[in-house]
Formats: sequence, C-alpha cells, structure tokens
Amino acid sequence: MNPLAGCLLVSALLFSVGLAGALTRRSAILVLAGIELMLNAANLNFIAFWRFGPHPEALTGLIFVIFSIAVAAAEAAVGLAMILAIYRHARTSDVSEITEMKG
Amino acid sequence: MSPSWIVRHLWLIPVLPMLAAGISGLLKRAQRRLSAALAIGAMSLSLLLALAAFVGMLIDPARQVVNFRWMQFGDQWVTLGWLLDPLAAVMLVMVTFVGLLIFIYSLGYMAHDDNFTRFFCFLSLFAGAMLGVVIANSLLLLFMCWEVVGLTSYLLIGFWFHRPAAAAAAKKAFITTRVGDLGLLIGMVWLYGQSGTLLFYDRGAGCLEQSALTVLAAHLTVAGMAVSTAIGLLIFCGAAGKSGQVPLHVWLPDAMEGPTPVSALIHAATMVAAGVYLVARVYPLMSAHALEVVAWVGAITAVFAACIAVAQNDIKRILAYSTVSQLGYMMLGLGVGGVAVGMFHLITHAFFKALLFLGAGSVIHGCTEEQDIRNMGGLRRFMPVTFATYACGMLALCGFPLFAGFWSKDAILHAAHGWGVSRGPFYLGAIGALLTAFYMTRQMYYVFFGPQRVRAASVSAGAAAAHAIPASELEPVVSPRSGEVCAIEDPHESPAAMTRPLLILAVFAVFLGFVGTPAWPWFQNFLAGEAVRFGWGGFLEPGVLSLMLVSSLIVFAGLGLGWWFYGRKPIVRVTDPDLLERVSPGIFHALANRLYVDEIYDATIIRLTRLGSALAAWLDRWIFGGAVNLISWLVTGLGWLDAGVDRYVVNGGFDEGCRDVARGGRFFSHLENGRVQTYLRVIGGALVVLALLLLWGHRR
Repeated sequence: MNPLAGCLLVSALLFSVGLAGALTRRSAILVLAGIELMLNAANLNFIAFWRFGPHPEALTGLIFVIFSIAVAAAEAAVGLAMILAIYRHARTSDVSEITEMKG
Repeated sequence: MSPSWIVRHLWLIPVLPMLAAGISGLLKRAQRRLSAALAIGAMSLSLLLALAAFVGMLIDPARQVVNFRWMQFGDQWVTLGWLLDPLAAVMLVMVTFVGLLIFIYSLGYMAHDDNFTRFFCFLSLFAGAMLGVVIANSLLLLFMCWEVVGLTSYLLIGFWFHRPAAAAAAKKAFITTRVGDLGLLIGMVWLYGQSGTLLFYDRGAGCLEQSALTVLAAHLTVAGMAVSTAIGLLIFCGAAGKSGQVPLHVWLPDAMEGPTPVSALIHAATMVAAGVYLVARVYPLMSAHALEVVAWVGAITAVFAACIAVAQNDIKRILAYSTVSQLGYMMLGLGVGGVAVGMFHLITHAFFKALLFLGAGSVIHGCTEEQDIRNMGGLRRFMPVTFATYACGMLALCGFPLFAGFWSKDAILHAAHGWGVSRGPFYLGAIGALLTAFYMTRQMYYVFFGPQRVRAASVSAGAAAAHAIPASELEPVVSPRSGEVCAIEDPHESPAAMTRPLLILAVFAVFLGFVGTPAWPWFQNFLAGEAVRFGWGGFLEPGVLSLMLVSSLIVFAGLGLGWWFYGRKPIVRVTDPDLLERVSPGIFHALANRLYVDEIYDATIIRLTRLGSALAAWLDRWIFGGAVNLISWLVTGLGWLDAGVDRYVVNGGFDEGCRDVARGGRFFSHLENGRVQTYLRVIGGALVVLALLLLWGHRR
C-alpha cells in the first residue's frame, strides 16, 4: 500500500465518520461537526494528492487547503449563527424537530 | 262601349252578402236579430241590384263585361272579371229572390237554434259565393267562388255537427264533389295551357270566343277527341259532382242531414244548379260529342234517381232524389236542346223545389222533427197552408199541365224527341216523368191524407216506454200520461215567417212556366238575345201539341198509378208494409237501399282506398319509418359509443393521469419532510450510487 492510498483510506474513513455523524446525530451542532469532519476529509485528499502528485514542490495544494479551511471557518461561523437563530426561533436544536421547510 | 252603371257595380251583388257574412261572423252568439237583419238586408240589396241588372238586360240584352287585372304571374297578368248577360241576369234574380225567401223562412225555422248567428253567417257566405259563380267572367274566379260554395255546403250540411250522421254527410258531400272538382281543375289548367286565358269573354280574346274555340276544336288529343271535347268533359266532371249526376250523386241525399232551409236553398234551388249553370256558361266550349255525354248522363241520372225515390221513406230524402232526377233533366236539356232548355227547367225547378223543401220543413217543424212519412198522415187538416202550397209544388214537379214544371219539362222532352243522335234519352226522360208523378203522389198520400198515424205511433211508443220503466220512484213523474202530453201534441201550422215564403213560391210554381211556353217563348228568346215573338203558331209546329198530350198522359198515368197504390185504401198503421213492397219485395228493397250504390262504393273505391292507405301506412311505418328509425338508432348508438369513449376512455384516461400526477406529487411531497438529515441521507445514497456507477463504468 503506497502512502497515497493510505492517506485516501484515512480520508475516506474520516468522510464516512463525518457522514455518519451528520446523518445520525440529532443535535444541530453535532451535525455541523460531522459536516466539518467531511470537509476535513476533503482537505486531507487535497493535501495527499498535492504531496504525492507530479509537482510537490509547488505550494498549490497547501494554499488551496488553507483557503478551504478559512472558508470552512467562515462557514462554520455562519452555520453556528444559523443554528443559534433557529434555536431562538424553535426553542430546540434537535434537527428532527425542525421540519418547517417541508412541502 | 263602356259598360253601364249597373254592370260596373255588379260586383256589389256578391260582395254585399259576403260582407254580411264577415260581419256576422264577428258577432256574438246572442246578437241574433242583428245577424239576421244583416243577412236579410244584404240579400235584399242584392236582390234590388239584381233586378236592376235584369231590367238593364231587358232593355239591352247585349253582353257586357268588366275585366280587371288581379295579379302578375311571371310576365303574364292574371285577369279576372265579371259579366252580365241574360243568362247571368236570370240566375242573379233567381238566386237572390229564392235566397231572400229562404232567409226569411229560416227566421222561423231556426228560431230556437243556439247557433242562429253562425247559421246566417254561413248562409250569407253561401249566397255571396253563389252570386260570384253566376257573374264570374273568368273560369278561375268561377272556380274560386265554386269552392267557397262547396265549403259553405260542407259547413251547412254539418251545421248540427254533434250528430254523427250530419258530420259524416258533410264530409261525404265535400269529398264527393272534390272528385268532380278535380276534373274541373284539370280541365281549367288544360284550357289555360291551350288558349292562354281563362276569361270567358275578352273582346275577341276570351276562351269562349271564336278564335280560341277554333284553335281548341282543331287540335286532337287521345282517341281522336278534339281538345275542346276533352276539356268540356273535364269541366262537366266538376258540374256532375256539384249537380249530383250519376255516379257522383251519392252525397246529395245524405246532404239532407243539414237544416231544411239549407236543403232548400243549397241542395235544391241554387248550389246544385251551379253545375248546370257551369255547363250552360261554357256551352260554346261543349262540342257535339261532349254534349252527347252530357245528355246521356243526364237522362240516366233522371231515371236512376227517380227509381230510388219511389222506395224512400224520409220526406227530405224523397225530395233529394227527386232533385237529383230533375238535375238529370236539366243536363239532358242542355245536352239535347241547348242553354235555354236546360236553364228554363233550372229556374222553374228552383222555385218549385225550394217550395217543396220549405213545405217539407214546415211539415217537419209541425210534427216535432218527424221525418218519416210513415209516421205522418192526415196533415191536410192541421196544416192547410202547407198542404195547399205543397200540392202546388208537387204538381209543378210532376209536370201537371199548365204548372211551371210542365212547360219546362215539356221543352226538354221535346228537344230530346227531336235529338238527331238517339231516341234513348227521350224514352228515359218519359219514364222518369212517369216515376216522378208516381213517387210524388205516394208522398202526398203518405203525408197529407189518410188517418193521422203520428198519434198512434206516439201512443204505442209512450206505452212501450211506460212498460220499459220498472216500478220505481220515477214512475209517478214519467207517467204514460205526461209522456203522451209532451210527445204528441197535434201537428200545428207553422208561423207566418215560414208560410209566407211558401205562398210566394207557390205562386211562382204555378205561373212561372208561362214565360216559356211554345206560344210565347220569352225566356228562350231572352237568353238568346232575340226579340220576343208571340204567336199561337208555336203550338202548331209539328210534334209540339202531340208531345204535350203524350207527356200529360204520362203524368196522369203516374198520378193514377200513385192513387191506385196508395190512395184507394188509406194507409192506417205505421207498420203496414208499402203496397209496392207487397207487389215486388225484391225490387222494392233494392230501391229502398238506393240500388246499393253506396255499398258498391264501399266495396270498391272505399275498400281500394283503404287498402291503398293501409299499404301506404305500412310502407310509411315499416319501410320509410324503418329506414328513418334505423338511421336514428344508428346515430343514437354512435352517440352512445361516443359518450362511452368520452366518459370512460378520454375522461378516464385524463382523470387517471391527473390522479397519477397527484399521487406522484403526494409521494414526492413525503420525501420533502423538512428534515435536513433525510435530504442529506438521500444525497449520501446518491453519492454511493454515483460512486458505484463510476466504478462500474470505469471497469467496463
């Protein structure tokens, strides 16, 4: 098993864990945490493909991931703010209770 | 020469009674006096005008014509008009005079009828139409008035339409005359096609004037007949229908179901004479061959009807058959002797036959609506005026010497005797004269002589009625005694309104014949437009006196025979069989049943017509109707099919589609449950599927 495959395996596991968390947790915050995990799995893939790719000397992958983390941070901030707003509105943060968007 | 004042205003004569009819048609039922006054007033004015016209003709017997354009018809004008000549003048005076007398008589006769107003309305309409027939100068105008006359005849025969017999008789009269009128119509159309005009006289261009007649006589048609002969025969068909000639005579006796004044006016004096008048009017058109037919038909009718009259028991029916017989004489006169001979008998007959009918009406009125002569008898004592006038009429009808009928009938027999073609009509006419005298004598004896059988009949009827009613609470009320009182009051003389016309007519019945004796043939000369000549020499012409002797002998023989059978021993009981019946029951029954003419018609024409109509009905119902029904069923079926398709296929499919869309929406709306994690799960599932697809696609 070469290092790239190992990294991809780890990131796949990480993605699966994040997905499972996002799908099964009832607390909105934990769902958000699961989404962060999946995002990080994607970041890990970026790093792995950059590090073991044809041009490891260029810092493209690293820069991309730093941007991605920054965007994820902003996204997490927005997500938490929305959860807070929803909580204030619905008095709960349990996502299975919040079904007002259904048709 | 412009026509004189009276000719220019001749149209007033028919229009006045028609106007009276129109107005009294709008009157209420209760306005009886007004309607009678209107009718009689209009008729009197017409009589005055007719007399004026007659006097005008006496002064200047030239024919005068007024024609006017009626309507445009393609590029041709239909021209109508009226004319005045001695023939029309004589008829005008006769119709208005007899008509007026009968109107006055009707005042008395119809006094108790609820529909008095309607009666006078119809009578006036009839008089107007009849006068229109008389003065018409166009066959078309004549035909129009002719049909109105037929209509009023129908209306008046069926005046008591609640009696089924009257309604049936009215229909019979209308339909039978229609058969003849069809011939008249065809003849008229043919005449128009050949000569291009229906005007009788039109300054040389009319269809009765020389130029047209030459053309008509020159053309030949089927069986070598000249066109004029064929047209003349067709017109004679119409005349035969109206004037009750054999074989179209069957309606006239049945027409006696109408009120008696109607029988007198329409079915004895005027309307039935219209046919004779028509033949006289178109006489120039009648070729020698057509006149032969006219003469033979007339002669056969004269004898045929006289035979039947011998065995009838209804007083009016006897007179009706006598009318048919006399109309036959008139036709015979026209056929063998010319216009004057036939018309002379028409005029005298109108007076004495109207007299006889009015007398019969008086008898019926006096005997409380009894019409069977067997139930009468002895009326001489109760109704002296009626008896005397009736006797005058009867003698005139028989042709008793010096009475009116004697001269006119003698003129006919004389003409028939001198006819070049055949002696047959003369012998038939002589037999008819004998029979006429015989049946009129029989009637006189039955009605006016002998014991009064009406009382005996009523008593026995009352007794029978009393026996028929069982002992009940009704018995004291309807006792035989009270029944006797109401049923058999003695026959009584009729009121003055009825007897005065009788007296006036009787005078004419006796003396009218003197205007046409061989010594002073004023009537014949007047019709011919000649100067009147007087001379006893008329009697001395060969054959005249001897023939008069013969015809007088015939009349006396008839009267004597009548006395032998019915006068020698008075007829005592109602149930006594007729003496003639005792002598020869077979012949008597055949005659009493009117020689089975009606039965023959029933068995042939009517049955054929019924068969034809049954066939037509069958065709209509099953073939044509079947086809129509089939088509309608097909269309209906197609409609059902369409509706089914529409309902179950189109609608169903559409509805099902809609339901599926709704169901799909509902299904998908379940997916949209608002739970973020569900959405995410779907996305995850989709991702896995995508990944698997990519993997699989890559491997292949």
